[in-house]
Amino acid sequence: MITLRPDLAIIAANVAAGSRVLDIGCGDGALMAALQRDRQCDARGMELDPHNVAECVARGLSVIQGDADADLADYSDGAFDYAILSQTLQTTKRPDQVLDELLRVGRRAFVSFPNFAHWKVRASLLWNGRMPVTRLLPVAWYETPNIHHVTVRDFRELVAAKGLKVEGAWFLSGDARISDAAASWRAEHAVFQLSS
Amino acid sequence: MASATLPSASQVLDLIAPLPLDGGQRLADVQVAFETYGSLSASKSNAILIFHALTGDQCVASPHPVTGKPGWWLRMVGPGRPIDTDRFFVICANVLGGCYGSTGPASLAPDGQPYAMRFPVITIRDMVRAQISVLDAMGIDQLHAVVGGSMGGMQALSFAANWPERTRAALIVASTARHSAQNIAFHEVGRQAIMADPKWQGGDYYAAGKGPDAGLAVARMAAHITYLSEEGMHEKFGRKLQDRSAKTFGFDADFQVESYLRHQGLSFTDRFDANSYLYITRAMDYFDLAEEQGGKLAEAFAGATARFCLISFDTDWLYPTAESRTIAHALNAAGAPVSFVELSAPFGHDSFLLDVPALDRVIAGFLGQ
Repeated sequence: MITLRPDLAIIAANVAAGSRVLDIGCGDGALMAALQRDRQCDARGMELDPHNVAECVARGLSVIQGDADADLADYSDGAFDYAILSQTLQTTKRPDQVLDELLRVGRRAFVSFPNFAHWKVRASLLWNGRMPVTRLLPVAWYETPNIHHVTVRDFRELVAAKGLKVEGAWFLSGDARISDAAASWRAEHAVFQLSS
Repeated sequence: MASATLPSASQVLDLIAPLPLDGGQRLADVQVAFETYGSLSASKSNAILIFHALTGDQCVASPHPVTGKPGWWLRMVGPGRPIDTDRFFVICANVLGGCYGSTGPASLAPDGQPYAMRFPVITIRDMVRAQISVLDAMGIDQLHAVVGGSMGGMQALSFAANWPERTRAALIVASTARHSAQNIAFHEVGRQAIMADPKWQGGDYYAAGKGPDAGLAVARMAAHITYLSEEGMHEKFGRKLQDRSAKTFGFDADFQVESYLRHQGLSFTDRFDANSYLYITRAMDYFDLAEEQGGKLAEAFAGATARFCLISFDTDWLYPTAESRTIAHALNAAGAPVSFVELSAPFGHDSFLLDVPALDRVIAGFLGQ
């Protein structure tokens, strides 16, 4: 059995069996494959990179080449039980609108993102005065696809402002789960389950 | 070519019943010429039907009877190839209206004379209906997949929409769900070129043994431009001169691109019947899968249960990516499992016939399931 990236493993473990899932930014399709195989989901994917789409199709997955900012509009309201956006929110042009779209096409949504308020990021900014380059944010500021960095607190605020419900929140440091306490600076990575 | 040719490796099916056509007529004594590759499994579940494009034929992986060139999709079809004939039984039939053994305008009507322009105007669905007869004759209830590029993709779409229970998968490459005004316009230029040639004679040129070659060549030249990308054409020809060091201040083929197009046009007349070209382009122009559903493409796929895969090419301006994306969205709305990918290739519309390794990977992966 293939080991999933930790944030994907959390999502996979919390998706109800047999549900309809849209994985936006599905990459090579690892999560979709796991959801279909282990949880009998009807999983669909959207992915920008044609090489990844080709890889997914070769795995027998149903993936459409598209862009979270532009192409979610083509899906009808409530078409999916879950819309999943893993490590992609910070790369979109309008994360707030993408969030709206997620909870329009999906009855529930999973969103995972690297926490920009992790202590290493804070330390790097504080001590070096430079945009941090870390394990989860490995690319220099001028070429990073991550154009909307977000922290756990920022995300909670946006979710609250939109009146969305947080049904679950998971935090990771390295590959290990950590408690909610002090997640704001200890979490490298956050996973949220939302509903409207 | 003012006649029809039957390739030596082809078989011919004589349809017992008249074929009902979308135009309302019933066409009697229809023949369908086809080739097969690989072997049909005992359960008859491993068959793939490949539909050919406008000027293609059933010689998908066998030498062409006129030009002697290798099969048009030899790089895709064969043992160990992406459409693996060690595993799949591949069928490819000449379309109705064609000139390689299936009934078309060059065929003899019941009065013993060629149909010529008395041949009924046919549709993409009529072409598919004729090929369904081949599956019926072979006892194949359900295909592993239908596969087609360009006009072949239209037939694959028509098959999956109109006979949804007869295939488990549909692979559509560089195609569209309807012909656009621009598509129709280019075809009309070609048809007018043929009809303006005095040798066309209202279509009755078969007895003369010589058809409207000049007109057909111009039709092919105009169409050929739409199969290439501007970038590819520029790279291949630029403004380079043909076997000369200076412009001649005349109307010879000074430029390499002129010489190339003239050659493409002329050699085409050796292998294609002008009336077939008229009828097949007309069928493509009439194609609009959503028309019967009041323009709602998703409804055309309401009963579809097959897996779908759509592939477009970034340099194809004949059937651009937006067309494939529209189909993918409609299939999604209809709840069908669908994949869509735009591949990068420099060859324009013709990319589906040429060396694009990513295409091989996607096709092998999709059909291998």
